[in-house]
Formats: sequence, structure tokens, C-alpha cells
Amino acid sequence: MADKQQELPKDAFEPLSDGSHLDNEKIAAPSLTFLKDSWRRLKKNKAAMISLVILILLFVVAFGSALIPSMNNVSTNPNLNNLPPRIPGIDIPGFNGTLVQGGQRVNAYTGAAANHYFWFGSDYLGRDLLARTLYGTRISLIIAVVATFFDLTIGVAYGIISGWKGGKVDTVMQRIIEIMLSIPNLVVMILLLLILKPGIPAIIIAIAFTSWINMARLVRAQTLELKNQEFVLAARSLGESSIKISFKHLLPNLTSVIIINTMFTIPSAIFFEAFLSFIGIGVPAPAASLGTLISNGQKSFQFLPYQMWVPAVVLSVLMIAFNILGDGLRDAFDPKSRE
Amino acid sequence: MVRYLAKRIFYLILTLFIVTTVTFFLMKIMPGTPLTNEAKLSPSERNMVLQQYGLNKPVWQQYISYIVNAVHGNFGTSFQFSDQQVSYLISSRVGPSLLLGLQAIIVGVLAGIVVGSLGAIKKGTWVDTTTTIVSILGISIPSFVLSILLQYFVALKWGWLPIAGWSGFAYTILPTLALAAMPFAESARFVRTEMVDVLSADYIELARAKGLSKFGIIYHHALRNSLIPLVTIVGPLAVNIMTGSLVVENIFAIPGIGEQFVNSVVTNDYPTIMGLTIMYCFMLCVVLLITDIIYGLIDPRIRITGKRG
Amino acid sequence: MENKDDILEVRNLTINFKTYAGKVQAIRDISFDLKKGETLAIVGESGSGKSVTTRSIMGLNAPNAEIAGGSIKFKDEEILDKNEKQLSKLRGKSIAEIFQDPMTSLDPTMKVGKQVAEPLRVHQGMSKEKAMEKALEIMKLVGITNAKERINDYPYQFSGGMRQRIVIAIALVNYPQVLIADEPTTALDVTIQAKILHLMKELQTKINTSIIFITHDLGVVAGMADRVAVMYAGKIVEYGTVDEIFYNAKHPYTWGLLGSMPTLDTDVDVLPSIPGTPPDLLDPPVGDAFAARNKYALKIDTLKQPPFFKVSNTHYAATWLLDDRAPKVTPPADIVKRQEHFKATHNN
Repeated sequence: MADKQQELPKDAFEPLSDGSHLDNEKIAAPSLTFLKDSWRRLKKNKAAMISLVILILLFVVAFGSALIPSMNNVSTNPNLNNLPPRIPGIDIPGFNGTLVQGGQRVNAYTGAAANHYFWFGSDYLGRDLLARTLYGTRISLIIAVVATFFDLTIGVAYGIISGWKGGKVDTVMQRIIEIMLSIPNLVVMILLLLILKPGIPAIIIAIAFTSWINMARLVRAQTLELKNQEFVLAARSLGESSIKISFKHLLPNLTSVIIINTMFTIPSAIFFEAFLSFIGIGVPAPAASLGTLISNGQKSFQFLPYQMWVPAVVLSVLMIAFNILGDGLRDAFDPKSRE
Repeated sequence: MVRYLAKRIFYLILTLFIVTTVTFFLMKIMPGTPLTNEAKLSPSERNMVLQQYGLNKPVWQQYISYIVNAVHGNFGTSFQFSDQQVSYLISSRVGPSLLLGLQAIIVGVLAGIVVGSLGAIKKGTWVDTTTTIVSILGISIPSFVLSILLQYFVALKWGWLPIAGWSGFAYTILPTLALAAMPFAESARFVRTEMVDVLSADYIELARAKGLSKFGIIYHHALRNSLIPLVTIVGPLAVNIMTGSLVVENIFAIPGIGEQFVNSVVTNDYPTIMGLTIMYCFMLCVVLLITDIIYGLIDPRIRITGKRG
Repeated sequence: MENKDDILEVRNLTINFKTYAGKVQAIRDISFDLKKGETLAIVGESGSGKSVTTRSIMGLNAPNAEIAGGSIKFKDEEILDKNEKQLSKLRGKSIAEIFQDPMTSLDPTMKVGKQVAEPLRVHQGMSKEKAMEKALEIMKLVGITNAKERINDYPYQFSGGMRQRIVIAIALVNYPQVLIADEPTTALDVTIQAKILHLMKELQTKINTSIIFITHDLGVVAGMADRVAVMYAGKIVEYGTVDEIFYNAKHPYTWGLLGSMPTLDTDVDVLPSIPGTPPDLLDPPVGDAFAARNKYALKIDTLKQPPFFKVSNTHYAATWLLDDRAPKVTPPADIVKRQEHFKATHNN
């Protein structure tokens, strides 16, 4: 102890009287903004990041392929019907153009088909399943974008107005929502599709009609909460207009609710479209959505399973990726839900 | 409580009335009549058919008589099966759908509770990861894809269960599983989140401080508190099952109302579509009402009063 | 046990929390003991490590807490060596805790009587009826009016003060030897605070228990505690009897705490507060952790942590100001005045 004290400088017991050492309000830890912090948490979630990459790839491939003519060739050719997948350079059963017939594996690409390569095989009319699947994926993704759009416009606006106005307006708006919720969404969509001209616009309208409800409810609940918080009260007492308050104060604080809910609207919209097409009232032939392809594939699933596997896997991957990303975003925005 | 019930039942009737009205007029503007597919009828035959369906009267008269009949449980005659009352069509087919729906919700929710609680208790371990993956799959894989896979593997390839049809318990297993996937996954997620929340609550900490064992804490405090709110998602789960039943019943050839609905849609059988829409609305409203009442009864924190939120 | 009177001995306890940003050194080498029947108050700002210390006595720390060293002995038994099962035999029986927030500490879906009876059922294997009888008794003892009718009520039917009485009943139902009270009145109204404190004092003599009383409010300490330990940034900086801390405090941080406490004749418009914020315990400063907020800081404070200097047999303070080589400083005028005032009223 004694020799240790000798190591101390001579002025060790001088007071630090100038006060320069007092860093009173120093913030000890580096601060992160809400979004940066959420992004950091999301980046740590491997499953969510993989899903994000998969979704970006699917977007790029589905829409990029629209520019390549050979990827859009869905003309029928009875000579090339029901061919199994064949990918050049790959010699694995299932991808080399062979089929099991009468207990023996035989090459299906004979005669007129000899020079063709259908990566995902061809259907009962000889159409290229790869091109059809890409087209179907495009439809699913378009539906995803459209559902998001209506969620963000109708849903958010409805929720903010209902929550902000309160009183009678709120009561009436909530009754409308309650009535819409008292019939399964799918039934509402089917009723709408019956009176509209079949086609992608009809499906979009049907999905738009129902997809915003959940968003509206969540946004309303959050708005009710925010409405009574001091910073909003302050803005009101300063005489800011409702619209200005909505954009400046409410929307930024609703961001996480909106983003999270959007991520769950998307897969359900994709599911509904596929579902409607599966039961035959969705996208009209010859256009095909993933639901149509699965429905067609089901008919020959026992003998030509690839015709159903391909669209079923793509659809499931889309749904899984959106759901995992949604989960990841929720955990990132609301860390208490996980930790 | 009585006032609350009366009010809820009033709203239920109001909702049914509005839904009936809206569907009626939707059907009126739809293209096609039962005669669309039979163009070769002579004018007199045509009139006869129109008269038979009451389609020659003004729309408002049709509407009033439809409402009056609907109150008496009469939804008119099916276009598809011209000798059958819609009400009979529905009542003869509602049994299998209800049975499958109940089985699916019971199996799904029970399995969901077990898996969700395990995930929460073993949070952050491989058990949690597995349960999360399983529930993501359950939510993501569409019911029709799952149905086809079950049918192909379990019935066709391995021959363990019948492929399709409706004659005995064995026939209900695969469709029940297909329908239960969604309620299972949803309730597993819900229970996990709830229980993770509950397990970090102060009263759980107090239970530990009392010296309760881990099992005692889960059994006496965590389970009840995380399962009570589960009642609130039974409504949405019922919607899931109704939605799923539309294709699942079709794929497994089950004589239920879901299969009937899809067939009616494909054949433009409007009276049946209307009747079934009202039926779905009614069932959903009843489920929501019952779950609200149960929630009020089992959660001491919620007391049902005349007004809520 | 070094001392026969001690029921609890904490030696060189060091606890870290693993977080995404690194290791938070929440408790840095603290030692204290608790004598039979006494009340020890641990005082400090939020985040100073008061709760972490007591949670580790109960073996109730969060999963990311890591005990890096030291020992906690309860009646010659090493608590840190016990597994979960052995710990649960102590909890609620020999060592009990009163939680901070009565609004969230009770299970909302269980009748209060059953919650009070639970520790009896767990530790003494009492029958349901007998446990409920005993629960009723203790509920009367803590001052629940109409206890007999209210035993089957749910927590939401009680006011905050009544809930805290139930939380106290739960803690006391097995007559624990050590009672930890973690800010038991912070969440309550001032008038109810006084009642609850009075009740605790009364019950302490009735069942003869030792209390560790955690608070950030020195005002509460005066009437409750026999001894006081002041914590700052995961360390104890000063400890002594309640008189010594109030009348003869030596650590500038204790001065700060005393200065920010109102008295009836504090004649200022604004109560002084201690400027600044506690240091980041992810990377605690080399010297005295309080130096950056201490206007009496010496150069050595930034170089070396102060050891404990003995003031009296029961009073120690960790500040370089007590070193022989340090310049003499006088506490702030209001502290001096306050001390004189306390002394004057005390002698009456």
C-alpha cells in the first residue's frame, strides 16, 4: 500500500477546483434513432434477413423475366404436353426429363420434344411451366403491392379519422367495420367477384374492399392513445390543424404499427388471390395465377406431381418469407415482444 | 349483464338485417338468372319459371317478401336444384361442416396451447425455434396446398386413411388436420407471445419469491393468465376455419356447406349463395357473442357492463 | 459467520449483466452484513444496483446476470452455491420480499386469499382450509378491513394501499427471518406511504425479522432504519448508523442526497439536486465513479478508486477527502445547517 501511494503524482490531492471535470449532462451511451435501432435489431434476425433477400430475388426474377421473350412463351403445343422438368447439364432424376413409366425410368423428351428444355416441365397443353409460374408469381406480387397500397391509404386514413374525430363519427365508422367483420372476408370477396367482370382488376377491387379493415382498427386504437398524449395536446392547443397534426405528429408515431400490419396484410392478400383462382373464380384462363396452376396440378398430382409441386412451393415460399419478415419487423419495432 | 346481452342480440339482428339487405341487392345487379343457361325456352315457359321464382314482381316487393321469408327461415328455392328449398339444402349440409369445424378448432387450439407454452417456457432454445418454425409453416402454407399434400401422402401413397368422402370418423381425420393447421399455428403464436409477456410480469416474480417451483408457477399463475385472452381469438379462428372449409370440403368431397357454397358460386345459384352468406354471418356473430360472454365470465378483470370501449 | 449477531453476510459481491452492447458491471465488489432484528436501508439513485443486490440474495436475478465473484451467506449457508430447487426452499420462507408496485405484483386472476395462502401451502404443506385460516389471520394483521369478506375478492377490487398490504401479508405469512422491501412505498400516495411504513415497523417487532429496506428516498430512511448503506454506480460509498449518515455524513454523494431532501423548514424555492447522470457501467471510470459529478473532486479521484476510510466503528466512507493528505473541506452550508438542526431537534 505504502509504495503504491508513492507512484501517485505529487499533486494527487489537489482539488480539481476549476470545475472542468464536471461533465454534467454528458450522455454516457451513444444514442440511436428509433428506426436505426429497429434496423439494427432486424439485421441481427437471420431468418428475417434471408426472407428479405428471397423476396427481393423473387421480385427481380419475376419482373425481370417479363423482359425476356422466351420466358413469356406460354403458347400451347399438344406435341409437348406433360413433359417432366429438364434442365440442361443436370442429370438428377426429376430434373433430367425422365419419367417413371410402368416401373421403368424412361426419357420423356422424344420426338418433337427432343430439343426442348422445360426447366419446370410443361403442362397438359404443352405450355412451359416455368413461364407460367413466373407469370403467376408476378400476379401474386402485384396483388401484394396493391393490397399494401389500399392498406396504407384507406386503412390508415379510416383509422386516423375514426380515432381522431371520436364521438358519433367514430361510432358509425366502427359499426361499419363491425358489420364487415361479421362476414368472412372471403365470402365478401366472392360476392364482389360475382358482380364484377372476371379479371385481375376485379380481384384487386375485391381484395381492396376487405384488406384495409385490420389496419383501420389498429391505427384507430393507436390514434386514440396518441390523441391524449402531451405532445399532441400541445400541438392542438397551439392551434395546429388536424391535417397537419395527422401528418406531423400522428403518422410518425404510427409507423411501426403500420409497417408491421402491412407485412401481415400482404401474405393474406396473396393467399386470397391464390384461393380464388384455385376454386376457379379468380384470374380467368388462359392467364394463370399460382392458385390456378396448383388447381391444374392437383388434377394430375398422382402421376405428374411436378405440375403441382412447382407452383405450390413458390406460393408457400412467398407466404413463408412474408410472414417471417413480418415477424422479424414486429420484433424489431417492438423489442419487448421477444426479449 | 342482461342489458349487455339484449344490446348485443339487438346488434346481431341489425347486422343480419343489413347483411341480408346488401346481399339481396348485390344479387339483383348480378348478371344471369336461372334461365341464362336455358335459352331455348318459349316466352310462356319463361314466364312460368319467372313466376315460380317470383322474379316477375317489382324489386321492392321481391325484397320485402325475401326479408319476411328469411325471418321465417325460408330463403327461397335453389336455382341449381330446382326442387330443393335453400333452407333444406343448408340444414342438411350444416352437420358435417360443424363437426369438422369443431374438431379442427379443438385439435388446433389444444395443440397450439401445448406448443405455444413450450416455446415460451423454453424461450431462446431449440424448442422455441422449432415451435416458431412449425407455427410459421402452419400460417404460411395455404389450406388447399396442405389438403392436397395430406391427401397425396397419407391417403394415396401410404394408404393410411381414406382419400375422400364422408362415411365415418376415419374420413374426418385428414380434413380436420387440414383445417386445424391455421388455428393451431395462430393459437401457438398467440399463447407464446402472451406467456412470454406473463412470465416477465411482476406477479410471476412474486410467485418465484414465494418459493413456488417452476412447474407450480407455470401451472398456478402463468397458464391461466396467458390462456384467458386466447378466448378473444376464437372468433378470427372460426373465420379461418370457415374460409378453409370452402376448399377443404371440396378437395375431400365432404357434403358440407363450404362445398355447397363453392358449387353455388360456380353455378350462379344466387338464392343458395345468399342463404349461405347469411348463414355464415349468423354463425360468426354467434361465435363472437359467445366468446365475448365467456371472456367476461372467466376474466375477473373484465366486468361486462352496458358499454365497452 | 464472522459475527454471531449477523443473519446475512455479503462479501465482495460482483455481478455483471451481459447485454448486446457488452458487460454491464452492475455490482462492483460490495460487502455488507445484516444483523438479527435490525433494519438496514440501502439508498441510491435508480440504476445504482440496489435491487440487483437484493435480487441476488433471493437468487432471483435475470438470466443474463452473471455472478462474477463474492459470497452471500445466510446463516452460514452459501446462497450462491444453491441450485434453483434449494433456493426455492428459502424463498418465501426464510427470506421474503415485498415488491415495489402493488398494482402489478398480484396475480390478477387469482383470489387474494389464495395468493396469501400460497406460501403456506408450498412451504408448510398446509391443507387448503388451514392455510386459508392462517391467511385470514395475517390479512387482519396487516390491516385489511373486513378481511373475512374480502378474502375471496380479486386484486382489481382493492385500492393500491390495500394491495400493498396484501403483498406484505404474502411476504410475512411464513414469518421470514429476512425481509427485503424493495421501495415498498414508491408507488403509493404520501399519506398511504406513512401508514404502510408504520405497519412494517410494527410487524417487524411482532415477528422479529430483519429488514433490508431499499429506497431512493432518504426521508423514508430516517424513521425506518437502524443502519444505512449508500450506493452509487454499483458500489457502496458510505455506510453507518442512521444518525451517523444523517448527522455526520462524509461522502459528497451522501451530502448531495441529503441536500435534495426537503424538510419542514427548508427555506429555498428550488431543492438542490445532484448535477449530471451516473456513469455508464459498461465502462466504469478508472477512479472514483462519482468524480465527474463531484465539485469536491481531487485529482486522485480520477486516478484511483478510494478505499473505505474509517470514521467510527460503525461508520465508513469511500472518499479521498478522508485521506490525511487531502485538504480539509467543509460540506455545503445547508448540509451543515441541516445537521445542526437535526442535532438540535434530536436532543430535545
